[in-house]
Amino acid sequence: MPDTLNPTAGHVKLGSNSGQPMSRRDGIAKVTGAATYAADNRPDGLLYAVYAGAGIARGRVTSLNVGAAKAHPGVVEVMTPENRPPLALDPDEKHHFFAWRIEALQNDTVRYAGQPIAVVIAETLEAATEGARLLAPTYDEEPARIGFDGGEAYDPPTVGIGGNPTFEKGDAEAAEARSAKVVETKIATPMQYHNAMEPHAIVAQWDGDKLTIDTPNQAIVMARGGFAAYFGIPPENVTLRSPFLGGGFGSKAILVGPQLLCILAAKLTGRPVKLTLRRDQMYGPVQHRGATRQTVTLGTDGDNRLTMIKHHSVATTSSFDEFIEGAANASQNTYATPVLKSSHGAVRQDTGTPGPMRAPGEATGSAALEVAMDRMAEKAGMDPLEFRLLNYAETDPASGKEYSSKNLRECYAEGAKRFGWAGRPLAPGMMKDEHGRLKGWGMGTAMFPAPMFQAQARAVLKADGTAVLETAGADMGQGAWTALAQIAADGVGLPADKVEFLSGTSDQPDGGVAGGSGHTATAGSALFAAGSDAVAKLAEIAMKDPDSPVFGADNAGVEAREGRLVRLDDESRSDSYADILARAGLSEIEGNGTGARNPADAEARAMFSHGAVFAEVLIDPDLYQIRVSRLVGAFAAGRIINPKLAASQLNGGMIWGVGFALHEEGIHDPRTGRPVNGDLAGYHVPVNADVPCVETLLIDEEDHFVNALGVKGVGEMGISGTVGAIANAVWHATGKRVTSFPIHISALL
Amino acid sequence: MNIFDYVRPASVDEAVTAGAQPGAAFLAGGTNLMDLMKIGVAQPGTVVDITRLPGLDGIDTLPDGGWRIGALVRNSDLARDPDFAAACPAVAEALLSGASAQLRNAATVGGNLMQRTRCSYFQDPISACNRREPGSGCSALGGVTESHAVLGWTDQCIATHPSDFCVPLVALGARVEIAGPDGSREIALEDFLALPDDEGPGGAQLGAGELITALILPEGSSAFAANARYVKLRERTSYAFALVSAAAMLRIEGDTIAEARIALGGVAARPWRVAAAEAALAGKAADAGAFAEAADLLVAGATASGDNAHKIELARRIAVRALTLAAVGTPARMPALPASVFANGADAHA
Repeated sequence: MPDTLNPTAGHVKLGSNSGQPMSRRDGIAKVTGAATYAADNRPDGLLYAVYAGAGIARGRVTSLNVGAAKAHPGVVEVMTPENRPPLALDPDEKHHFFAWRIEALQNDTVRYAGQPIAVVIAETLEAATEGARLLAPTYDEEPARIGFDGGEAYDPPTVGIGGNPTFEKGDAEAAEARSAKVVETKIATPMQYHNAMEPHAIVAQWDGDKLTIDTPNQAIVMARGGFAAYFGIPPENVTLRSPFLGGGFGSKAILVGPQLLCILAAKLTGRPVKLTLRRDQMYGPVQHRGATRQTVTLGTDGDNRLTMIKHHSVATTSSFDEFIEGAANASQNTYATPVLKSSHGAVRQDTGTPGPMRAPGEATGSAALEVAMDRMAEKAGMDPLEFRLLNYAETDPASGKEYSSKNLRECYAEGAKRFGWAGRPLAPGMMKDEHGRLKGWGMGTAMFPAPMFQAQARAVLKADGTAVLETAGADMGQGAWTALAQIAADGVGLPADKVEFLSGTSDQPDGGVAGGSGHTATAGSALFAAGSDAVAKLAEIAMKDPDSPVFGADNAGVEAREGRLVRLDDESRSDSYADILARAGLSEIEGNGTGARNPADAEARAMFSHGAVFAEVLIDPDLYQIRVSRLVGAFAAGRIINPKLAASQLNGGMIWGVGFALHEEGIHDPRTGRPVNGDLAGYHVPVNADVPCVETLLIDEEDHFVNALGVKGVGEMGISGTVGAIANAVWHATGKRVTSFPIHISALL
Repeated sequence: MNIFDYVRPASVDEAVTAGAQPGAAFLAGGTNLMDLMKIGVAQPGTVVDITRLPGLDGIDTLPDGGWRIGALVRNSDLARDPDFAAACPAVAEALLSGASAQLRNAATVGGNLMQRTRCSYFQDPISACNRREPGSGCSALGGVTESHAVLGWTDQCIATHPSDFCVPLVALGARVEIAGPDGSREIALEDFLALPDDEGPGGAQLGAGELITALILPEGSSAFAANARYVKLRERTSYAFALVSAAAMLRIEGDTIAEARIALGGVAARPWRVAAAEAALAGKAADAGAFAEAADLLVAGATASGDNAHKIELARRIAVRALTLAAVGTPARMPALPASVFANGADAHA
């Protein structure tokens, strides 16, 4: 029975929609092709744009054979810095904390290989593609600077988005000197590219100074404002439609150059234009995860309790902008330690600018931290899980604050039980499978912040007993269409099939960003509040209406159940939404709500999701091919709105961890700066055969502080513990410690 | 992609005529050609679609016990042909270890022989590549070379041949049947896939208009059916080219090896077969000592072409592994993970 309470204080009791393992509401549409992704749109008169990417990593374009491109049949126009329509903002200006310096043909400078240097617009995709090839650019080339040794080192002013590059609690050097044991661990991680299944695509149409764009985006209303700013028009003149994203992983949150180029091409030609990146074009202008070189130093006392954690990370960024992977910050909130120091350096190289990529900082940083913890456990002669439990953080190590909730202890216990961790030999190289393969078990702690952003939502209760709830949310495949609809239905006290949920378009209330693992919490809170607001208004009318069965219930109150308001002091007396509205002569009633964290709770508590990941690897004893034969993750992330989708997210995170540990590596030729493996044949991600057995356990956790719904987030955490768990399992199988990811056969040989 | 003419000949003769025109390319499964056209590496003026040519899709046994396999037979159809898979299990296993099910359903026998190297410098039109543009140089030298050759390479070219299928075929002494403007000819697959030398980058030996019509497996190819394996090393469990691979086939009489065949993949511009290695196994007991000796002979003379010296040791070890597994015997059923080092065992989930 759905029921609804107004979110006053403390824990809200949700109705029967939340908590159910509902299948994706958009599933049928997706598998039958009815779900239109951006590139599926074909407005009348559509032209196709293809940009030419720079073949050098640094220098200047000296010539383009525009004539040859224009002479190619079907080519309509070629856009270069010479004829590119003006922008209201310099694309090299960081006008917003979420704005990157991007390339929109502002000049002839080349800053990385693959940078757009001209756009060919044609009647067909094929003509535009060939036209772009015919441009045959020449360059004034300067040597490429690639990698840690090729680039210029500097101290970054910020890490992540506006984060502090250093943090210090206590005197790390003094603590190190006092420690009974000290272990220093060095770990390198490579550049990684997001490689969403759906490449970045955009269809742009101008109607006077009104702009309509179809493009996948993780922060729809914010993006609308960004596009409007670049083109000098009011945000309300922009309609951005992003109902479905074929994966985003962070790379579809920030505006990128090719999107502006498509809109400019539409302006230049006066016709609708589509621009879809080819797979090889996704290794340049649409961000990546910077490479890191990390050093983690752990100290312990005579009882094997941590005395200090010192984590330093150097990350690569571009020559002209910065996004520094905040890897060292991952050590601030995981294990109890009196002394903490995290610090970052950076190296500029001739690549595109990095950006947030699923668990930015936590994925890379925890990979190093978990290997370091395993090495210290080894040095202590302790079981890795026992060592982690000994150093369990009861309060947040960095801030000293209490956690809003933390059920990691049960994650450890349940995960270990399910995996069968007990009895694991301490020493490496002790286990084999029945075919003589080396077998190893490793574990790691998963952790990710539980942030909230800002979101709005609207709810409309209708006279026919149904409701419409809307917010500009983003479904990247994680299931927002379903999970947010479940919360929305509970907000109005109706079964999900009586609720129409609208999302994914910029003319809806701002759904905030689908990122930082905070979308369900934020947009969900807004939807629930909007629904509650509408119900409260309805109750106000009913309780003052002498003809209503709930007349005068003010003190006792009413509860929304299945489209009726029920008196709490006499459940036999209830009134339907439809009757209340009919008597009041209303066709509908609207409620509005916002989602944001209570500042006092945010100040008082540390808020994180947690988990424990256990990995088994099998390794060929001669050829050293590695296979992750089992992964078990136990996760506590507050209230789980949809266990099926949440487990799917967490499984996906762990599978990403397999890719991080064993496969993913963006390689650029150090001589030219061009990607060497810029396609999915060369840039490997796991296939089904790599993940034969992945299991997520959802551990109950009640949180009274994160938000009224008690929802944290599950989008990114699954990667964080997994990479280290696999590396530790590889050690347990072989006795060889991992020093860089991905773990290559050659490193074990 | 450039604008090209498309023709669909009705007979092999018509195809040969069309294919002899400058800039023509034959299209069969298209799993490699279309990719290369999309990235501008292949720019045929005419695409000659041979997919509907009659008579090129047979899998036939020959009177001498050999096999004739039509050039248009799909990889998946050949691998799943029960008679062929029983007779030449290592060939079937190699086929099923390559690419994905979707690609194997499209790719053809002839096309597999004609597939181009996956050297990333070959696939990057801006890089110098003697294979793509003779005389332009080799950008792979001094570049990123994990997938490159350790045997049979020269400064002209350090690329490897990517095929799995061709590795057991070379070991079996397969021949290529070719129709051309001057009639038909046959050439050993090993010679068809020429190594680079000091003058040129090597590659498939096919003249203008010449069309592969069939693959011939010689008499005696079925003699190894009881002891034949293909083993493929890679860092992803499936859907990846071989870092190194090996096909091993033994004809065991009593306690001794009567005849052995072994070839390596992923190490050279063609599957690597060494007569001395096979000869060294003949008459010996199928044991570790014999296998190690053969493997040493197989990789004799190997040198790194870049940062890939570890492939030499891996090649030696995979040769030993393939021989060891072949000696154990061909599995009764095709493993769920064909050719994988994880092929055997309850954990080898399909």
